[in-house]
Amino acid sequence: MLQEIVISGFGGQGVLSMGKILAYSGIMEDKEVSWFPAYGPEQRGGTANVTVIISDEPISSPVVNQYDVAIVLNQPSLEKFERRVKPGGALIYDGYGIHKKVERNDINVFRINAMDESMKMENTKVFNMIVLGGLLKISPMVDVEHVMLGLKKSLPERHHKLLPMNEEAILRGMEIIELEQKAITS
Amino acid sequence: MSEEISLMKGNEAIAHAAIRYGVDGYFGYPITPQSEIIETLMEQAPWKTTGMVVLQAESEVAAINMVYGGAACGKYAMTSSSSPGVSLKQEGISYMAGAELPCLIVNVQRGGPGLGTIQPSQADYFQTVKGGGHGDYKLITLAPDSVQEMADFVGLGFELAFKYRNPAMILTDGVIGQMMEKVKLPEFRRRRTDQEVREQCPWATLGKTPDRKPNIITSLELDSARMEKNNERFQAKYRLVEENEVLYEEVKCDDADYLLVAFGSAARICSKTIEMARKEGIKVGLLRPITLWPFPSKILHHYADRVKGILTVELNAGQMVEDVRLAVNGEIPVEHYGRLGGIVPTPDNVLNALKEKTVQK
Repeated sequence: MLQEIVISGFGGQGVLSMGKILAYSGIMEDKEVSWFPAYGPEQRGGTANVTVIISDEPISSPVVNQYDVAIVLNQPSLEKFERRVKPGGALIYDGYGIHKKVERNDINVFRINAMDESMKMENTKVFNMIVLGGLLKISPMVDVEHVMLGLKKSLPERHHKLLPMNEEAILRGMEIIELEQKAITS
Repeated sequence: MSEEISLMKGNEAIAHAAIRYGVDGYFGYPITPQSEIIETLMEQAPWKTTGMVVLQAESEVAAINMVYGGAACGKYAMTSSSSPGVSLKQEGISYMAGAELPCLIVNVQRGGPGLGTIQPSQADYFQTVKGGGHGDYKLITLAPDSVQEMADFVGLGFELAFKYRNPAMILTDGVIGQMMEKVKLPEFRRRRTDQEVREQCPWATLGKTPDRKPNIITSLELDSARMEKNNERFQAKYRLVEENEVLYEEVKCDDADYLLVAFGSAARICSKTIEMARKEGIKVGLLRPITLWPFPSKILHHYADRVKGILTVELNAGQMVEDVRLAVNGEIPVEHYGRLGGIVPTPDNVLNALKEKTVQK
């Protein structure tokens, strides 16, 4: 198993921490992981992204050519990463942040209205956990149980009371993600 | 606890490893992409546990001179910075080489020249292994390619520095500094007692005892004849380091027709390129220098008879390639591929370069 994922959006959307939780979850399953962020001025309001690799084998390069899954949470991210999804791979987008259509037809496209859902849950902070739930639904690279363990490990103890809310958000994300386009592969 | 596998950034691993190794003092000034080193140290507050001093100096120049002071007392003293900050430290590094003081310096490189960019680069290779500061000196240079090696090379750097009474550097970049991977941190060691420091460093300026003359630490020697003797002693020491301390890793070199030579983050990218190339039937191996000085010249010379060509891959305009060319001495073609100013090539980019520059020839 080798999953190469990019998560990209505005700084502040929880892109880097979502990647971190995913990486922690991989460790909980004894997998090899790498987490490599764009660490530039992007973090302060511009576009932030992180590459997460989860693998059964030791990971060679933290820098990859193409992604199995691209999660794009704003328009610039779609423009940057649509072309870097492997043919037959998946692109997940949030309906709130993206207005232009995906142009490629050789990738699976999933829509998750995570922002709307987080507003319904009256907690926009769990936005990234809803997205993570969507990812785990379409590509179950780690068990939700291990994600919760990873979350517990990456959160300081004073925040552990927030764990149930995060779990709810993940499960919600698993429910609401929808396939919008199935890849046409020759 | 120490058996536990952690997930952390390379920069954080350096900070934790320094505390665990029993380092006496860290002196630094923040700069991207290495600020997590001092941030982690401040967060861990080792002055409350091991007694390690952590100090944000007023500048990079002040920090390296604080390291000089600590090292003169036989202490494990270190500093870290990124390219522009390391340029500022060069005077201090040259002075420490001249005064034969051991210390550890970490350079998490970013794109230059000048203030440049904050993205990853390997363009300080020349600065590190060819001098940087003035005078005929050498800097023991370790190039980690993983978060694990970031942790491991803190101890190795101090060991080599004290073995040869010479500054050592961890030369890494924004990729390895910023990425998170699994790491097994080294075991805790307590800091040396003053008595242990005296025994290990009889040259240290810890106060004169009746049984010996005063120790003097200086790089100044106005008598040229004696300064030449000093230089000869340094050179003899450098030859010993070159003889004994070369480290490198060979990946799939046994049956290789071509070799990639790369260090640090570029080597990680190349290890993926190798897998891709071999799927296409191109037999290529990777030779990864771990010590950049002393440089693994002998093993490269050995491969000059066995492979058809070499491509060095560096995040710079072609620096280490000169040392590779010297090592193979014209016996086979040696080409270079690199991206500049903070751009990190993908494994695909390297594969294309390998085909264009090396395989077709």
